[in-house]
Amino acid sequence: MLAKRIIPCLDCDLGFPLGRVVKGVRFKQIRYAGIPWELAQEYDNQGADELIFLDITASHERRETMSKVIEKTSENVFMPLTVGGGIRSLKDARTAFNAGADKVSVNTAVIKNPDLLNEISKYFGTQACVIAIDAKRRYEHKTGKEMVDTPQGECWFECSLYGGREFTGIDAIQWAMEAEERGAGDIMLTSMDRDGTKDGYDIELTKAISNSVNIPVIASGGCGNLEHILEVFKKTNVSAALAASIFHFGEYTVSEVKEYLKKNGVHVRL
Amino acid sequence: MAMIAIIDYGMGNLRSIYNALINVNGDPVIVSDSAKLSGADAVVIPGVGSFGDGMNNLRPFGDELFDVINDGIPMLGICIGMHVLFDWSEESNCAGFGLIKGDVIRLPEGVKVPQMGWNELRICCDSDLLSGINDGDFFYFVHSYYCVPENKHTITATTDYGVDLAAVVEKDNIHAVQFHPEKSSNKGLIILKNFVGTTKC
Repeated sequence: MLAKRIIPCLDCDLGFPLGRVVKGVRFKQIRYAGIPWELAQEYDNQGADELIFLDITASHERRETMSKVIEKTSENVFMPLTVGGGIRSLKDARTAFNAGADKVSVNTAVIKNPDLLNEISKYFGTQACVIAIDAKRRYEHKTGKEMVDTPQGECWFECSLYGGREFTGIDAIQWAMEAEERGAGDIMLTSMDRDGTKDGYDIELTKAISNSVNIPVIASGGCGNLEHILEVFKKTNVSAALAASIFHFGEYTVSEVKEYLKKNGVHVRL
Repeated sequence: MAMIAIIDYGMGNLRSIYNALINVNGDPVIVSDSAKLSGADAVVIPGVGSFGDGMNNLRPFGDELFDVINDGIPMLGICIGMHVLFDWSEESNCAGFGLIKGDVIRLPEGVKVPQMGWNELRICCDSDLLSGINDGDFFYFVHSYYCVPENKHTITATTDYGVDLAAVVEKDNIHAVQFHPEKSSNKGLIILKNFVGTTKC
């Protein structure tokens, strides 16, 4: 049986020679967590199933640094590596793959130009193409939107760009289904309401999206403890859970998370 | 050290398999010219891209690949590199090399496609390639289609994903794996190490 995946996410500030992994705490303060490829190696030892490197600087001159980070990581770490943040073209995707990435994650560029999704999946395969959806709850009735019942009231989910700084008017559920048709192989779904809060994943959002598509969904945004990860696997049919800060600052190791999940009946690789 | 030719058929990331083979003391060489296959102690067909494109790009290697097989040189096909060894694939409705009898078909209804993630091996019979691997060990799979060999005895391990599917198929010097050993952490490296060990060097 396929195991549920645990994916540490490395938010990389590439304005430094080796890059560094950072994590925003309550949206503003930035904490320094380590050098990307060293953390990657550590997570491999702990039994992580996959790693995501997000370029949070995402400016062009930094792309070379990301290539170096991936090259260095792929010398010693033999698990799937995803690169995201600032992938704007087929050429950016190719650069990431050549450095040793197995998948690229795209958001802004494909919302602006959905055909890019078809192109990436055509050239590199659907398995190489992760669509990142950053969704925010909207508690207003709007025709043409997928309304979802939540304990806080009925809402729809709006796709946002640039880490939640810009909104699109696009319904996240409808976009997820379109992205699947266009060839996305994985959906990395982040709740902008929960990201950075440590209040737990947005269960209603996660359930709504993963029930609407037939491709794997990775839950993201809001993980603050072990119970949150268990909750998202028990209440939804997501394939994977992503977390950042609980791993970076040594609150839990990946193996502790997996042992806890296994004890509570979730099928994981130990 | 065993010189291992990794066939570059122009479809993306070969760095992982290259690095993994170095890690297990192989001597990998990325080969994009079929003439350079002669002299290799072993050949790897890596697994990237779709079946149709893969076959189009691999066809120029056809004659040399058949020579390699006839000479008894160990070959490892990974994922799509496994699929192309079969007769025909439903993906792209296209013929493969036919080195192993059987077809490649789509994963069944009722499961998420592609299968993406870590799944357990069920070992069916003894195999040098799987030495040191235990029943239930996890490997990383990414695929939408799977191989159905005519001769079930060639299946040395299976995995369960809506159907009990062939995860490892072996016939003489041909070894084929549906999962990605180069992405399967320590257990994957054991398999690659075993493969390097099958060479005459």
